[in-house]
Amino acid sequence: MLKRTRQILAALFFAGITLLLLDVSGTLFHYLSWMPKMQLLPAILAANLAVVAIILALTLLLGRIYCSVICPLGVMQDLAARLNRKRNPYSLSPALWWLRLTALCVFVLLIVTGLTGVAALIAPYSTYGRIVTHLIQPLWIGADNLLALGAEAVDSYAVSEADWVWYGWMPLIVTSLTLIIIAVLAYRGGRTWCNTVCPVGTALGCVARFSLLKVRFNEEQCIGCGKCSRNCKAACIDFKTYDIDYSRCVTCGNCIDLCPKGALNYGLAASSKIKAEKENTVDRSKRQFLIGTALLAGTALAQEEKKVDGGLAEIVNKAAPERQTPLTPPGSLTARNMTEKCTACQLCVSECPNDVLRPSTSLEHFMQPTMGYEHGYCRPECVRCSQVCPTGAIRPITKQEKSSLQIGHAVWVKQNCVPLTDGVECGNCARHCPTGAITMVPSDPDDEWSLKVPVVNTSTCIGCGACENLCPARPLSAIYVEGHEMHRVI
Amino acid sequence: MSKHIERRDFLKLFGAGVAGVTAALTGCRPKTVAGPIKDDYSQLQEARGDRMTYRKNPTTGDKVSLLGYGMMRLPNREDGEIDQEAVNRLVDYALAHGVNYFDTSPAYCRGNSEKATGIALSRHPRDSYFIATKLSNFNQATWGRRESIDMFENSLKELQTDYIDYYLLHGCGMGGMDNLKARYLDNGMLHYCIGQRREGRIRNLGFSYHGDVAVFDYLLSIHDQVHWDFVQIELNYLDWDYANEINDRNTDARYLYAELQKRGIPAVIMEPLLGGRLANIPQYLMERMKQRDPDASIASWAFRYAGTPEGVLTVLSGMTYMEHLKDNLLTYCPLKPVTPEEENFLYDIAYHIVNVKLIPCNDCKYCMPCPYGVDIPGLFVHYNKVKSHDRLPENAQDSGYARLRREFLVGQDRSVPRLRQAAHCIGCGQCKPHCPQNIDIPEELHKIDEFVENLRQNT
Repeated sequence: MLKRTRQILAALFFAGITLLLLDVSGTLFHYLSWMPKMQLLPAILAANLAVVAIILALTLLLGRIYCSVICPLGVMQDLAARLNRKRNPYSLSPALWWLRLTALCVFVLLIVTGLTGVAALIAPYSTYGRIVTHLIQPLWIGADNLLALGAEAVDSYAVSEADWVWYGWMPLIVTSLTLIIIAVLAYRGGRTWCNTVCPVGTALGCVARFSLLKVRFNEEQCIGCGKCSRNCKAACIDFKTYDIDYSRCVTCGNCIDLCPKGALNYGLAASSKIKAEKENTVDRSKRQFLIGTALLAGTALAQEEKKVDGGLAEIVNKAAPERQTPLTPPGSLTARNMTEKCTACQLCVSECPNDVLRPSTSLEHFMQPTMGYEHGYCRPECVRCSQVCPTGAIRPITKQEKSSLQIGHAVWVKQNCVPLTDGVECGNCARHCPTGAITMVPSDPDDEWSLKVPVVNTSTCIGCGACENLCPARPLSAIYVEGHEMHRVI
Repeated sequence: MSKHIERRDFLKLFGAGVAGVTAALTGCRPKTVAGPIKDDYSQLQEARGDRMTYRKNPTTGDKVSLLGYGMMRLPNREDGEIDQEAVNRLVDYALAHGVNYFDTSPAYCRGNSEKATGIALSRHPRDSYFIATKLSNFNQATWGRRESIDMFENSLKELQTDYIDYYLLHGCGMGGMDNLKARYLDNGMLHYCIGQRREGRIRNLGFSYHGDVAVFDYLLSIHDQVHWDFVQIELNYLDWDYANEINDRNTDARYLYAELQKRGIPAVIMEPLLGGRLANIPQYLMERMKQRDPDASIASWAFRYAGTPEGVLTVLSGMTYMEHLKDNLLTYCPLKPVTPEEENFLYDIAYHIVNVKLIPCNDCKYCMPCPYGVDIPGLFVHYNKVKSHDRLPENAQDSGYARLRREFLVGQDRSVPRLRQAAHCIGCGQCKPHCPQNIDIPEELHKIDEFVENLRQNT
């Protein structure tokens, strides 16, 4: 009963969050964006007291049900563990309190000092977000595009093609390593990760020890077969002493189901003994990453002697300019707020329909979102990232608010500007500026008929990047957006 | 873009099955033509090659097939290069069914059309077809006499021949009198061509006309000295009376044709179908045509119309696919001239088409390649297609707006990659002088861009 309920709820949460992270159609966030907001760490960062209170109350009442149902990384580990077909795969192990507390302390310390991005490397929900975004979404997009091809063949507009964006090697390597480590641990030892490293697991474990309802032994009925111990993925049942470590028990209910004598049940708790051991620090290996930049060297269209018809000019890929201040999305208030609040779950990255958001590669903002306008720009009708962000790193804003929210300002790069390099009329930046902050003026002040070049009114520019993205100069645009540390309303 | 499977898709899907069907059909039917092409579809009958309508060229006495093969829209392979094998098959089939006029240019198909035409035609006896090509010295770099002569000589080489049957000054009228002077008069190329005609390396000399009517009038005014053997004009049931209305820089075909008739100059017809626009007309007009003649294709009306005037030597059709060719052959083997009553019916259709106000793009790709990568004809064709089917999302209050909006945006992304869409038109205007239809391309692209931007924002 407990197990079945747990499984159904877990499946719902797991599927919901996974689909939300995968979604390329831009429709699911309307229905599912509350799910990430139910995650503990995001709720704490977002100062979402109601959710924190609910989770604490739930844990005090039912034990670590959160880890079994709401946390997608927990469910993912259960799935990985299921692959292990060995009978009686686990055995009782001592609680590694030294490791658990160290991990938790380091984690809290990092967050307090503002290095949330680094801390989030072991945060459960965002780890899962990164796994889905960087390892599964590419496949999902591939499948979507196959469907889109099929839809096109039958003249249906139900499925449209999605762009496959390359974020570089770093996210891929980091995420793959995390996945391998967690999956192998889960395959071999069930919830090892949750009960050693995961700070949320440790924190909730401390609370769960006092929970009202618990799994407990009926000592008269127990025949001492040990099946429960050997099938406990939290490795927390000692069938000999009838001890259960409730700081590690995730209330999965497997033991209750398996017990041949019905000697285990879930109910009002009897007091339990808890042994805590403390040891030294964990050493954390530093990681270095190869950041591959793939600049497609392009050549300009070769001028043919003879005018011929047809054909398409080659388009050189845009390269990212070096910004003094990185761009953060509208709603993130300040660069500092982003750094402190964001757990790098990648939900905004995978939701961004314009391929503007991508994980940062700097250590300081490790995999937290940053913006770039090489593939698209921050379009006026879209505020999706602000709606899905569970941690308050990007606060909810409306389209109207966004239209006057300055996140940066455009800078003209004279030597790339097409009227000056190619000698043709342009003005594409001015034509597409949503706030009319760009005007075209004669390049030669003394000749009003000379080709026009842009001037930027930085006080009305909102930094959306339409100019940078649509600038014909390639690979580097002749106008680019410099970020602001503090967003402001113009 | 319809509920039916497009015929080319049909071909792709069922190509394998067709061979079997053909075998069955040919078994129980008298074989009329021994062409190398054996495919067929059940609803399309094969045209009989021996029934092609021919027109006689008054100066050389050439017996020219009323259907001329335009080599501007040749089929491409996946990699974008011309599918020579398909071209060979099309040319073989066309020749076997009586087509003997092939019109190419050094500019067509990214400059590869003449070569492909030469390869396909040189497999047949030289006296079984007429070759038309042009002096396409559009680029200023080729305005010089030497460069222009090189272009002519190169055409002979590419086409693997030592004479051209029909040689044209290409696109006279584009860029006005100044352009004509620079390309053909001041450099003496017109006189050079007349000399080549005397020597027999050019059998017929003519010009193709687009745009400024002053150039047309001027060239006809020197007919007594030049003796134009033919003139290529745009003629169809829309341009007959509405060319000027659609674009005030163009001239009604009624006038052009009458001027040629006055002087007894045969007319070669281009754009009989307006780059397919007259085959892709609004649904309610399509229904009217089908009501009158359920068996006739929409395109066949346009071809019958263009071929009916006696002063027409041949009607050019850029046939990319075998079914285009087969359909056109049915129309011209033999031609069933349009009756005065049918003519009025078509003018009425034209009146309605004009009111749809499409962008008058015929997908000729003269504007391409855009140096900034925009797919100009791709965008115009998509916009026109949606508009002529009356599926343009115009009013956000309309029911069904959301659906039409999605159709337009997704459809456009499918037709043209984002990087090549209208937002990337910088308005440099380099395309403008190349457009034979005098479309203000940047302006039209910016209009589409604005339309799309509004759609995107109107979520």
